[in-house]
Amino acid sequence: MTNTDPVAVLGAGVMGTGIATLALGHGLPVVLVDVDDAVLERALAQVARQLKLGRLMGGLPRESADGRLITTTDLSAIVGARAVVESVTEKPGLKKEVLAAATAVIRPGTPVVTNTSAIPVDELAEAAARPDEFLGAHFMNPPYLIKTIEVVRGPRTSDVALAAVLELLGEVGQQPVVVGDGPGFVVNRILQRVINEAARIVQEGIATPEAVDALFTGCLGHRTGPLGTADLIGLDNVVDSLHVLLDRTGDEGYRPCDLLVTKVKAGEHGRKTGKGFYDHGGVL
Amino acid sequence: MTTTAETRDADDVRRNLLEFLKQRAKAEVEPDFDLFAGGLVSSLFALELVVHLENAFGVTVGGEDLKIDNFRTVDAMTALVVRSGGARG
Ligand SMILES: NC(=O)c1ccc[n+]([C@@H]2O[C@H](COP(=O)([O-])OP(=O)(O)OC[C@H]3O[C@@H](n4cnc5c(N)ncnc54)[C@H](O)[C@@H]3O)[C@@H](O)[C@H]2O)c1
Repeated sequence: MTNTDPVAVLGAGVMGTGIATLALGHGLPVVLVDVDDAVLERALAQVARQLKLGRLMGGLPRESADGRLITTTDLSAIVGARAVVESVTEKPGLKKEVLAAATAVIRPGTPVVTNTSAIPVDELAEAAARPDEFLGAHFMNPPYLIKTIEVVRGPRTSDVALAAVLELLGEVGQQPVVVGDGPGFVVNRILQRVINEAARIVQEGIATPEAVDALFTGCLGHRTGPLGTADLIGLDNVVDSLHVLLDRTGDEGYRPCDLLVTKVKAGEHGRKTGKGFYDHGGVL
Repeated sequence: MTTTAETRDADDVRRNLLEFLKQRAKAEVEPDFDLFAGGLVSSLFALELVVHLENAFGVTVGGEDLKIDNFRTVDAMTALVVRSGGARG
């Protein structure tokens, strides 16, 4: 494994394209894998725009040339990867399948990270061919603008794998905060609950989404309020993550409220579909 | 009315951008108003501005031009379009 081997990113959705942008913008080659050709086509256009946005906002260096991007539906294309970032849909069964298949293809010694929002690392490690080479790297959205990342060390993660991942993250300008394992880790154990409660407040007619977010930005100094954040994440992903948390903690506070469920059913997934709690005037 | 880089001048660009901001950001601003310091637009909207400049005026914004100072105000964006050959000065 050399530092010029590509970074493999599995899943070309909101986060997969963002993570690809982060690596490409720092000059690293990327192989981006999805099951859907139409998704990959959209991802190509998105990455091009995000590279611009990253530079514009100072999240990516302006001087470095872009890395080479390959998009494919063929998982065997990741064989020579330097590292693998799993970022497929937040469904435990699907993630396990993808991880089993991916770790069967790559060379031993290749670190594999999951970008899961809430599934415990050790639960997913079960599916990996080499659980010691596996850990969590929970990127923030969008990863090419937000530099802090939640790195999750599972009980079976080796020092070597952790060190390799921290080195790679350093190369792409990310500043890791390493934490322990558990449902939702730190960020989402708290954030998903806040989003759910905020949606419930709107559902009960106590406040509009604008009012909820104005209080969090104005009073608490958050950059965006919980519902603006939910629209950025994708409400489908919020509901999936809440289910993951509910199933693993038994804590009813995580049961997705009716308003969230209704919006997802209606196809109002937030920014990615143009409408969620807010109207985004078409898909950006 | 469609215009081309030859027939378009800086005032056309300025008008187009003010109208765009009115529609998309729901705000009437002065050409020298700092959109970012004023909290009017988010980082995602900055990208929309780039894409709008490229589509409306047929310019490509890349490399060193991709910095926020070029998009801070309607005047700055207008200057960028002129500099990139999208309109007469
Ligand atoms: N959206 C966020 O803000 C955010 C932030 C941090 C982490 N995450 C996590 O990142 C992961 C991806 O989330 P997202 O928001 O990008 O979701 P998304 O729905 O936008 O994208 C998921 C992608 O995975 C693809 N996929 C499904 N099965 C696949 C397979 N077998 N092989 C390859 N690709 C496959 C889908 O086609 C889709 O394009 C999830 O685990 C999510 O919880 C999301």
